[in-house]
Amino acid sequence: MIFNRVLKDKIAGKTMLFLTILACSSLLLIFAGLIFKSLPVIEKSSFSELLFSSKWHPLKGEFGMLPFISSTLWVTGVSIIIAVPLCILSAIYLSEYAHKRILQLIFPIIDILAGIPSVIFGVWGLILIVPIFGYSILSGGIVLAVMIVPVVIHVMIEVIKTVPSELRDASLSLGATKWQTIKFVVVKKALPGIIAGIVLGLSRAFGETMAVLMVVGNVVKIPHSVMDAGYPLPALIANNYGEMMSIPMYDSALMLSALILFIIIVVFNVFSRLILIRIERNVGYNS
Amino acid sequence: MEQSSHIKVKDLNVYYGQNHVLKNINIEIPNNQITAIIGPSGCGKTTLLKCFNRLIESVDGVRVTGEVLVGGENIYDPKAEVTHIRKKMGLLSQRPFPLPMSIYDNIAYGPKIHGERNKKELDRIVEHYLKEASLWEEVKDRLKTPAGSLSIGQQQRLCLARGLAVEPDIILGDEPTSALDPQSSRHIEQKFIELKEKYSIVFVTHILRQAKRIADYLIFIHMGEIIECGPTKEILENPKEKKTQDYVLGIIS
Amino acid sequence: MDKRKIEESIFKVLMIISAITIIVSLGLILGSILYKGLPSLSWEMISQTPKGGYYLGKEGGILNAIVGSVLLAFGATILAAIISFPIVIFINVYNRQNRWLANIIRLTFDILWGIPSIVYGAFGFTIMIFFGIKTSLLAGIVIVSLVVLPVIARAIDEVIKMIPQGLFDASYALGATRLETSLKVIARQASPGILTALLIAFGRAIGDAAAVLFTAGYTDYIPTSIFQSVATLPLAIFFQLGTPFPEVQARGYASALILTLVILVISIVARLLTRKYKKFKI
Repeated sequence: MIFNRVLKDKIAGKTMLFLTILACSSLLLIFAGLIFKSLPVIEKSSFSELLFSSKWHPLKGEFGMLPFISSTLWVTGVSIIIAVPLCILSAIYLSEYAHKRILQLIFPIIDILAGIPSVIFGVWGLILIVPIFGYSILSGGIVLAVMIVPVVIHVMIEVIKTVPSELRDASLSLGATKWQTIKFVVVKKALPGIIAGIVLGLSRAFGETMAVLMVVGNVVKIPHSVMDAGYPLPALIANNYGEMMSIPMYDSALMLSALILFIIIVVFNVFSRLILIRIERNVGYNS
Repeated sequence: MEQSSHIKVKDLNVYYGQNHVLKNINIEIPNNQITAIIGPSGCGKTTLLKCFNRLIESVDGVRVTGEVLVGGENIYDPKAEVTHIRKKMGLLSQRPFPLPMSIYDNIAYGPKIHGERNKKELDRIVEHYLKEASLWEEVKDRLKTPAGSLSIGQQQRLCLARGLAVEPDIILGDEPTSALDPQSSRHIEQKFIELKEKYSIVFVTHILRQAKRIADYLIFIHMGEIIECGPTKEILENPKEKKTQDYVLGIIS
Repeated sequence: MDKRKIEESIFKVLMIISAITIIVSLGLILGSILYKGLPSLSWEMISQTPKGGYYLGKEGGILNAIVGSVLLAFGATILAAIISFPIVIFINVYNRQNRWLANIIRLTFDILWGIPSIVYGAFGFTIMIFFGIKTSLLAGIVIVSLVVLPVIARAIDEVIKMIPQGLFDASYALGATRLETSLKVIARQASPGILTALLIAFGRAIGDAAAVLFTAGYTDYIPTSIFQSVATLPLAIFFQLGTPFPEVQARGYASALILTLVILVISIVARLLTRKYKKFKI
């Protein structure tokens, strides 16, 4: 009887370990799979041709991804330029100035915003943004900005909360105004976390697919202004995956674009998570 | 005591929501002396201290009535300008909280905020006050390193120098030695005794022996009320109130 | 003196404007979806499958997509929960002493969380082609469960992490094994949190489009087995809006309204649960 229970306990432990390893290795598995599938196109054409040529003619076997890469950068850039000031200002307002009750009211709203599916943001973009700015990088950027705001602002508020109130008191007791205290002490102390939040938002914007796809126009050319249409990498994958099997190397090229997304996003995520873990740990030590 | 007190409290009441944490406080803090606020934990010592520079206002849901006169001016007057009041008082908190910047900038922060831009003058201020806090010799070669790299004891002296650099009249301490090792504590205590020539010092402590060692004047608070106050010797050797006697004998703690 | 007050006031105004902008944008999203979707929302929409010529503006509804999405999200959530619960128990009970390993696992899940669902979808599709598997409900469930796995695992982890050591000790002191402690004490203590985690994951799963695009397929029929393709709400919205017919587009907006309402209900229930949970937390 006792042996039975102990045995069960041990078997369960081993199963859990196995599942953990399996789940964690899925990250490596995806990475390996993407590399494996994108090798053919890398072997056929050089890296520089793939990344820096704008000749995209799958039927001729030309896979220059510059239009897609630059569209992705444009859209992400626009969204960050819009979202970051909004997030920093609101996060400071909500955590430093606003009454607790306002924070309690707005925090759920931010969380709800975070839970809204990508497609819905796309529909909203079609209804409200596209009629104003057309199918363009700007429309994509605006929709993306609204999508990443909740992610970024959430991290920022959490990080600003970790700044000890004694530090504020120290600055205030020297005769600094509240704003000076925020500017020179709170923001400075929270800066690594604020950056981590922005990078997290950046990586979210990078991979966002459906919403952008619906409003950005999907025209294969390098955009020259925010009013141009664009064709970001995720949209490329989503739009062409169905037909990729009929054209040689097409699937490999699409996998390469998935690989590019994967690598950038993993790097960004590791960077920001490590910062956030360190902040969390420091808070643990302090209190 | 001819001249008027720097700090005079009249009918001060503080509420946290429904909790009445300070009740009808009336007190005068003597100038150029060390005043210790003592009492069991949770009695409102720190709250009273925070009332002196209005830091109490950053607590959520707090309500303050009554007057605190600093140099004859009621700081709770709606017209009173809070940064100017706080400049008159340096604060030492329970644990040192160096600002997230270099040693130099920690000291220069206050003067800069109050408009001092002259680099030479700032250098002079930094050196002067680091010497005043007996820290100069230890840090003069690494003024540009982050203040967080100092030991806790050094950090607390840095915080003292930082507070002195805005030229206050009063130093407030909220159990300023509670996080320090015995030697660093003694250092701070020694500093207090030297500094009372120029400043009035008010500090909160729960260590009765510390109060006995350095304070000239004691305020005993219990359950949000001032039970007794007076010169240290009198209170400790000859307490009038039963509660003070109990506390001094260690019955209330 | 005045200058710094002015600067503060300017920034305060900017801050309030920013906060309002964010609130307003949520309002605009809900408002515009409601405005465009409500007129075409009908009982027929949610009670019928598409009839012939539906995508040209003829009769029918999107019951296929509603049923498909619910099945898919439900399946994916359950599957992800079955995999993630043991992992969380492993981190927090079996391997409690090894903080370093736990943090590596947590970091891995955080990274997995960040990977866009289009990458999961594309990867899944490649695997499916490799093994010659067709698009199906099952394939969709498996891929979407990968997408929500980190969401569930981290959410449950956050709850179980907070359980005080004393509760473990109390159970061990009674002679319980780690497994018994996990199933009978920890799981019970964390159950409201687990339920919230499941709801959040369900919301995420039902709204996901990029991962199901190539794995679940699309069909006008309600599936009768897990090996058949299924329609999903996000794709139904996407396809209907992609047609050139205003009537169909209008129904696309109505579909968007349905999805939004589902998500809102889930979000609100999840929040209420969390609040209740917080009230009773030790």
